[in-house]
Amino acid sequence: MLDDFLVRALLGGIMVALVAGPLGCFVVWRRMAYFGDTMAHSGLLGVSMGLLLSVQPIIGVAIVVVLAALALFWLERFRWLASDTALGMLAHGSLAVGLVVAATVPGLRIDLMSYLFGDILAIGRTDLIWIGAGGIVALSVLAFIWRDLLAATVQTDLAQAEGVPVARVRLIFALLVALLIAAAMKIVGILLVTALLITPAATARRLSGSPEAMAVWAGAVGCVAVSGGLGLSLWLDSPSGPSIVLAAIVAFLLVLLITTFRAKKAAA
Amino acid sequence: MDTGPDRLAPLPDRRVLASAQALAVAFGGRTVLSGVDMDIAAGEIVTIIGPNGSGKTTLVKALLGLVPVTEGAAGLAKGTRIGYVPQRFAVDTVLPLSVNRLMTLTARADNRAIATALDRVGVGHLRRADVASLSGGETQRVLLARALLRQPDLLVLDEPVQGVDFAGEAALYALIGELRDEMGLGVLMVSHDLHVVMAATDQVLCLNGHICCAGVPSDVSRHPEFLRLFGRQAAATLAVYRHDHDHDHDLHGEVVSDHDHSHDHSHENSHDHTH
Repeated sequence: MLDDFLVRALLGGIMVALVAGPLGCFVVWRRMAYFGDTMAHSGLLGVSMGLLLSVQPIIGVAIVVVLAALALFWLERFRWLASDTALGMLAHGSLAVGLVVAATVPGLRIDLMSYLFGDILAIGRTDLIWIGAGGIVALSVLAFIWRDLLAATVQTDLAQAEGVPVARVRLIFALLVALLIAAAMKIVGILLVTALLITPAATARRLSGSPEAMAVWAGAVGCVAVSGGLGLSLWLDSPSGPSIVLAAIVAFLLVLLITTFRAKKAAA
Repeated sequence: MDTGPDRLAPLPDRRVLASAQALAVAFGGRTVLSGVDMDIAAGEIVTIIGPNGSGKTTLVKALLGLVPVTEGAAGLAKGTRIGYVPQRFAVDTVLPLSVNRLMTLTARADNRAIATALDRVGVGHLRRADVASLSGGETQRVLLARALLRQPDLLVLDEPVQGVDFAGEAALYALIGELRDEMGLGVLMVSHDLHVVMAATDQVLCLNGHICCAGVPSDVSRHPEFLRLFGRQAAATLAVYRHDHDHDHDLHGEVVSDHDHSHDHSHENSHDHTH
């Protein structure tokens, strides 16, 4: 069954969506959409470096994205530097370096399109094992730091005063997002990774009364988006990454319409 | 421990929960606090007053380890469990958070303990409400209940009566006094509101970048530094309000509790020299 590229694509996509949902909730709550985008942009440099040093691109990406997260974490200490400014410089700076390296190093040929927009149908058995193992580790770590991370998100001072290791859980969270981005690049690509993080979470907000419920709903909505997007891609022969993001946006709009209509009906 | 000339002599069995020694805090080269010596022990209510920008919140944050200390030292005694009600608290509507979930934000608690804590503060009916939908006064009470649920050694309240009307304010201070008596907590409060605070506290620290004066409320309210800072008019008003407070005990009735409230703790320090 795993021989079928569609089954592999579906499994890989669902595993990534299950992790992206809960992580995406924190990205939404902490208003870090641009943070995710910045780390994704640095991914191209990771691809170039990976190819340059002849290691797997996904490993190069993971390392460079983690470094970008650490750089952001460090830049956050400077109160005189607005965080969106730091993010913008790092996003475009690292993308620029990635493009320059890709273009100037002789013998380095990069299929830009597959990295920018994803290539889910090319997921192999090895990729699947890595994504699965990584996903289980990521969800376990997230469950372990959940209460602390949520407390730090609701009110940083309060959490820290009451003994939550705020700096540590924020760092762990940033690393989890970095790793997810490296994995999700294969699914939807550098330019669309953020959509996979924030769209299911935003959809889940309309369906949830607690942070935990929102995390579960976001995972579920992500799975629907991956399945629907792959179906759409088969049906229309459209590129898979953009189709998945399109499916996620359609799910958001449907939920928005239905919940708004219901609320109006209840109020009438 | 260094105690300034304005402070009471420490009792031998005081269990100090937090203290500062020659504390100075500067942000970006600007000194916000300097030369601050203070401490707070179990069972004491200490209120920090002072004008806006006098460093009240900064002192609290330094004691809690939330801002870096520039000189001297500040911090908690080892093992001191904190219940903190911060000055600013707003939950964004992008995060669905009920009062019930907020109660266990930093520590687990069972259902009965949550209900008891909310009832104690008079907001048991808000348990299922969204935090984002609460009024200012309700938020303050819920936050107080949440802090109590942790069974803290030291309750830290930064402007606890924000958004609370005057009657509610007196009741809230009375409640804080009761909690101290029942649980033996230390209570560290910040306020720029002189009215009720003086009657509800054991020790007052009058702050303006440094400690202007400190001691029991009746002494501080006649201290020249205090009069200079707040004006004679305010000090006189204060005396009137303190007198008033002696007669407002019907407000205690608002609070649901199975404890006996007949004792009178709110003005242990309002002696005969009020006028």
